[in-house]
Amino acid sequence: MDASIALVAIAPFVAALLAPFIHRLARPYAGWVLALVPAGIFLFLLTLIAPVVAGGAISARIGWVPAFDLDLSFFVDGLSLTFALTISGIGTLIVLYSGAYLKGHPHLGRFLGFLLAFMGAMLGLVLADNMLALFMFWELTSVTSFLLIGFDHTRQAARRGAIQALVLTNIGGMALLVGAILVHQLTGCWDMSALGDDVRANGFYGLTLALFLVAAFTKSAQVPLHFWLPNAMEAPTPVSAFLHSATMVQGGVYLLARTTPWLGGTEAWTLILVCFGGATLLWGGLGALRQTDLKQMLAQTTLASLGLSVLLIGLGTEAAIAAMLLYFVAHALYKAGLFMVVGAIDHEAGTRDITILGGLADRMPVTFIGAALASLAMIGLPLTLGYFAKEEMYLGLMHWQWSDIAVLAVLLAGNAMLAGVAMLVLVKPFLGPVLPTPKLAHEAPIAMLAGPIVLGGAGIVASVMTDWLGHTLVEPGAAAILGETVSSHLTLTINPASPLLWLSIATWALGYLVYRQAAVLRTLLRRFEAGLGWTADTVFDAVMFGLIRFSGAVTRLLHHGRLEIYLATVFAGLALALIAPLGLLNGYDVLLPNADLGNWSAKLSWPQLQPYEWGVMALALIGLGAVLLATNRLVAILALGIQGTSVALIFLLFGAPDLAFTQFMVEVLSVVILALVMTRLRLDELDQRPLEDLARDGILALVCGAGVSLLLMVVLSGTLDTRLSDLFTATSVPIAHGHNIVNVILVDYRGFDTLGEISVVMAAGIAVMALLRRRNKPAVPASPAPRRRRKAES
Amino acid sequence: MDYVLAILVGCFVALGVYLLLSRSVIRMLIGMTILGNGVNLLIFTAGRLTREIAPIVPAGLDQPDGPIANPLPQALILTAIVIGFAMFSFLLVLAFRAYQSLDADNTDTMRVAEPVNEPNPPLSY
Amino acid sequence: MNSLIFRTIAPLIVAVMLVFSIYVCLRGHNEPGGGFIGGLIAASAMAILGMSGGAGEARRALRIDPLAIAGFGVFIAGLSGLLSLFTGTPFMTSIWVYLELGQTTVPLSTPMVFDIGVYFVVFGTISAVALALEGEEGP
Repeated sequence: MDASIALVAIAPFVAALLAPFIHRLARPYAGWVLALVPAGIFLFLLTLIAPVVAGGAISARIGWVPAFDLDLSFFVDGLSLTFALTISGIGTLIVLYSGAYLKGHPHLGRFLGFLLAFMGAMLGLVLADNMLALFMFWELTSVTSFLLIGFDHTRQAARRGAIQALVLTNIGGMALLVGAILVHQLTGCWDMSALGDDVRANGFYGLTLALFLVAAFTKSAQVPLHFWLPNAMEAPTPVSAFLHSATMVQGGVYLLARTTPWLGGTEAWTLILVCFGGATLLWGGLGALRQTDLKQMLAQTTLASLGLSVLLIGLGTEAAIAAMLLYFVAHALYKAGLFMVVGAIDHEAGTRDITILGGLADRMPVTFIGAALASLAMIGLPLTLGYFAKEEMYLGLMHWQWSDIAVLAVLLAGNAMLAGVAMLVLVKPFLGPVLPTPKLAHEAPIAMLAGPIVLGGAGIVASVMTDWLGHTLVEPGAAAILGETVSSHLTLTINPASPLLWLSIATWALGYLVYRQAAVLRTLLRRFEAGLGWTADTVFDAVMFGLIRFSGAVTRLLHHGRLEIYLATVFAGLALALIAPLGLLNGYDVLLPNADLGNWSAKLSWPQLQPYEWGVMALALIGLGAVLLATNRLVAILALGIQGTSVALIFLLFGAPDLAFTQFMVEVLSVVILALVMTRLRLDELDQRPLEDLARDGILALVCGAGVSLLLMVVLSGTLDTRLSDLFTATSVPIAHGHNIVNVILVDYRGFDTLGEISVVMAAGIAVMALLRRRNKPAVPASPAPRRRRKAES
Repeated sequence: MDYVLAILVGCFVALGVYLLLSRSVIRMLIGMTILGNGVNLLIFTAGRLTREIAPIVPAGLDQPDGPIANPLPQALILTAIVIGFAMFSFLLVLAFRAYQSLDADNTDTMRVAEPVNEPNPPLSY
Repeated sequence: MNSLIFRTIAPLIVAVMLVFSIYVCLRGHNEPGGGFIGGLIAASAMAILGMSGGAGEARRALRIDPLAIAGFGVFIAGLSGLLSLFTGTPFMTSIWVYLELGQTTVPLSTPMVFDIGVYFVVFGTISAVALALEGEEGP
């Protein structure tokens, strides 16, 4: 079981990698072939229904980073299974649909690959139990949706929509990561299924809640972070149908449902979710009425539906949760179907504007049936899933308290607007007089019709099989969210005495009113929007452009392109790092004469050096001075050689013959290659720096030098830790069989370091050769010439 | 005698830093070498100085018969010298190339990568 | 640089230096010396050869691209460390083998192979740089 559940999340990624090749091989049928992958996943998930209904959850666990005690854990319960089935089922139809919708598009293979990768990320998101895995899949959905929204990247609007979605959902992703780490810090546990009341009881509950809510609200586009969703409609229609109705945007809803058992149920939770959800519901409903573009109308109603779901989770009662689950499935079925219908209209008629479409029912009868099935579910008529969802959500509010009545009013208004929009979407394009369209409309290909018909049909079938629906969807799902067994009470019988029926009828009546007055409402709303003067979009643009200007200014300030100032900054830092610690940690005390030391006069005495040692020191100083004052190349090279040689002599005098030889050879070679290069370079006669630079550089240099000297003196006055040296000295002959301890350290004890170092030497050599070979005319033959030619030359 | 070397190391570092702050590429190169020598001497001196007794165990013995120079800093410096030289030759060739292609050995005039008054990135998507 | 004396005497100097460099490299485990110093001496020899007869002449005398020698050095240095895999000990654990050749015993070991690798790297890289600069035309 372990591997197969992980495979559900991984298989789409594999298919995504292969998609371009499959597209190349099976050109017209690429959609059909690739649809087999989600179809297979869907069938596999169907087999999990029985065990989940019977025994609760299935979990799987794969070692991920065993060193950190981190497992890639998956968890299938009623909630995740509902989401996973929806994703894979709709995904199958969407892949089919895309194959036809983008037929002949040169990048169809790429598109299908993105789509499948997104599906894998989404499946992983709903199946993951580990919070880090959840975060990873969460971010993967953001990235893949960025690619999908920006698929038509030659249009600026698509690029903007993609960036907006990425920025906003990534803010949420970061919040999710911080929240997950916080929860882990609080409870020591990465698995969500193992969390209990610890989080709610903790003092950090408020912060944790805020972080998770930011994540969920950005993903599920709640007001005021909603504006990326309408702009994401720049994506090709299959993407909108899949990501922005049924799956990705529901990720936030899923997160809220998933975290309910250990994060939800508090007053703050209920208040925040109900307020934001309600606001989004109304905002989305009004937004939909403002539009004339079919796709934008649907996008705005998606906002409303997301708000509705969030509101229901916030209420958190048994009926509300049941309603949320039913509504999720119902919404996914009808909204994906409607998007596909709109895509078909756009594809066949050449426009999506509701005001210039009409009478398409005759030309596109099958599309019309699909649209009708979906719209009726959206209105919430009996014999559709939407009906049950609506009944359940009203049922949860039958307590006749003021708060309930207020929420009920919001729900009623929202549902009415949704119903009105559904009537508009169904009636305007399909019924009424035939209007001329940019393209002569005709029926869409079968791959594009399959989606709406199958989804609409599934909705009807599911709504008839009420018992089955209750047992397999509502009960396990609600149990997973609420943590207790729930019994479903769905029924097809209509009870005229129930207030629910009258609420439904009121919804439909109000919806019809909205439909009749759509044009008036639209004018009013547009006037209001124009009066407002700014939107969330303009704020977003201002922020983004402000960021660009700000980073430009900062870059110019710090990255001014003047090397000597960069270096002066670096050395000022070095000087500070050398001097400050000595002062702060009383390092000078050991150098300054003080009473405790007593014999400080010894420190002032003339150093005990042999005359030849003085000579070497003097030679070094002469070399340094000559380098400083050199006015031509030859003097500079010679002076450099003198100081290097004096360093070699110092090594020799103080017991380091290896170093002395190496240093000496390096000096010889340095002089040789310097002589080779310098003859072709100009060395300015004088060091041309302005006086103030001279002062600055001189002071910096003196402070750095003095700092190093003082530091070294402080170090020398302390004791030396010789453990390592003693170990090497003592063991060099017995275990490493070498008498030259330095060499033994290099090639044996610290051989790995030396290996790295010779690799660096080699890399430097390669870099030099690369620089020198960049000439047009090769200076020397790259490979040695054969012997015969050499004879001929001589 | 340690303190004399400490002061000498200071002189090396000071001159190295001073030359590195120059705008002439060749002077910077020389400064780099001198700074490298100074740092090598710094490590060497910090490992304490011992006159003329190399860290070599006499033949036939398992342990040195008496105090010897500290071998550890020597091992560190030995590779540092060679790497420093490889670095030096790379920088030399880089300066040479820059001189050939840009006809400049002054860092103020080398502005190919970071031109003066570069405009802002475009304010659009 | 182009004097007759120098050109005549250079191959001799180079030969002596090369032999000396190998000697220094091999004795490094017990006396002052080792791969780094040996490699530097050998590279100086190549620089001298390049100065006396031109870089092309030196390359032909070397027969193998010096950078390839450096690569070979890194390769055998890494390989010498990998040999310890066969004894089941961690990477770079040294292995000693004593060859009995008549009267004398020749100790062979992976650190020695490693040191020879270092020799090749230093020799190859620095010769490559020196010869490339010597072969370079003026600006």
